[in-house]
Amino acid sequence: MDPAGNAFTDLRWVDLLFLGEAAIRTIQISAVSILVGTVIGVILGWMLASGNIFVRLLVNSLLDVFRSVPLIIQLILFDSFVSIAGFPMPAFWSGTIVLSVYTAALVAMVARAGIEAVDPNLRRAARSLGMGYWQDMRYIVWPVGIRAVFPSWIGVSLSVLKDSALVSAIGYIELLRASQILTTKTQESFKIMLLVGLFYFLMSYPISKAGDYIEKKWQQ
Amino acid sequence: MDYQFLWRPVFKALPELVDAAFLTMQVSIISMIIGLSIGLLLSFGRRSKYFIPRTLSTIWVELARNTPVLFQIFFFYWGLGEFGIFLSSYVAVVTALSFNTAGYMAETFRGGFNAISNTQLQASRSLGMSFLQTQRYIIIPQVLRVVYYPMTNQFIWVILMSSLGMLAGLRELTGETQYFNSRTFRTFEFFAATAVIYYIIAKLVMIAARLLGWKIFKGGKT
Repeated sequence: MDPAGNAFTDLRWVDLLFLGEAAIRTIQISAVSILVGTVIGVILGWMLASGNIFVRLLVNSLLDVFRSVPLIIQLILFDSFVSIAGFPMPAFWSGTIVLSVYTAALVAMVARAGIEAVDPNLRRAARSLGMGYWQDMRYIVWPVGIRAVFPSWIGVSLSVLKDSALVSAIGYIELLRASQILTTKTQESFKIMLLVGLFYFLMSYPISKAGDYIEKKWQQ
Repeated sequence: MDYQFLWRPVFKALPELVDAAFLTMQVSIISMIIGLSIGLLLSFGRRSKYFIPRTLSTIWVELARNTPVLFQIFFFYWGLGEFGIFLSSYVAVVTALSFNTAGYMAETFRGGFNAISNTQLQASRSLGMSFLQTQRYIIIPQVLRVVYYPMTNQFIWVILMSSLGMLAGLRELTGETQYFNSRTFRTFEFFAATAVIYYIIAKLVMIAARLLGWKIFKGGKT
């Protein structure tokens, strides 16, 4: 604090480092959640596409809950639930678990669309050539389906990257939370906001453009 | 587990929560209307042959789609303070949600317009229809068909996104829940009740949209 009693400091290079570390944490929590969520989501999507009517109804109505309740409420609910149940965990883990389940709920729809995009005749042909169910899945459904829905999967991943900002609500200091801390310290809200916006944009935009490019290339 | 669930405070607060849910709907509907209108303009802008409208609308769409909506809310709420612009939380949330919705809807509209071939426009013009008649009877009915379901999805997204108003101090459904939570410390009970309310709202909106869509589009398929 300087003699004039001004508690605010100017924006310094150290602060940029602080933001950079927070950006890495944003990438970490998003990457883990996307990875775990995609694996679970593909399994759920397979159940949605190939299960019997009861499995489908059950999985669908369960996932519907995660898509119809705001993510921030899911985060707060889970965070308070683990405390009540007596397993308090760091914000990173409760955030990752909720984000992963949320990702899985979104990826499941994508995966189902991918499996359903494969022409049934193609699969019958594979089976009549003597392929087993899993061979059909591995060599026919996977390569054809992934082409149909890869762009949607990119879209889901990007929305998870952006939604990871909400983990700040349960106290995880990711990029957006870090920017708020800096703002209270330096009072330079606009510059910091601009910087943080640029950070997110530079993470998200290239991936979305790459997704568009791949989509166009595969359509030819 | 020695936690006692206490639901009485939640039931006592239910009328206030329902009121807050109406505020949530109000914020969402206003944002959706503004966002849709701007989104339509942006979709025209992106197909414009002039450089400036094309670039401006592209920048808007890419910014809206590539930054988190919570960031957008914070930007309008705190980021403009340096210029002496202080938006109330209500205005900031509505502005941010409209900004976001406009960006996403612009892309949806673009897809809708692209789905209609140019020859239809030429045909209707050569049949003597004016530009506005062409839009009214040929283009818009078809575009509406393509964009209707993405639009209803977007509306549900807006309702869910408006929950972030809590972090900018808006007392909509989530903000009101947080307010009661800070007075009673019944975090789980209150947020569980709110989750149920959101689920009901989302389902009601979806059913209403289905019924409306069925009523609008029952006149034959194109």
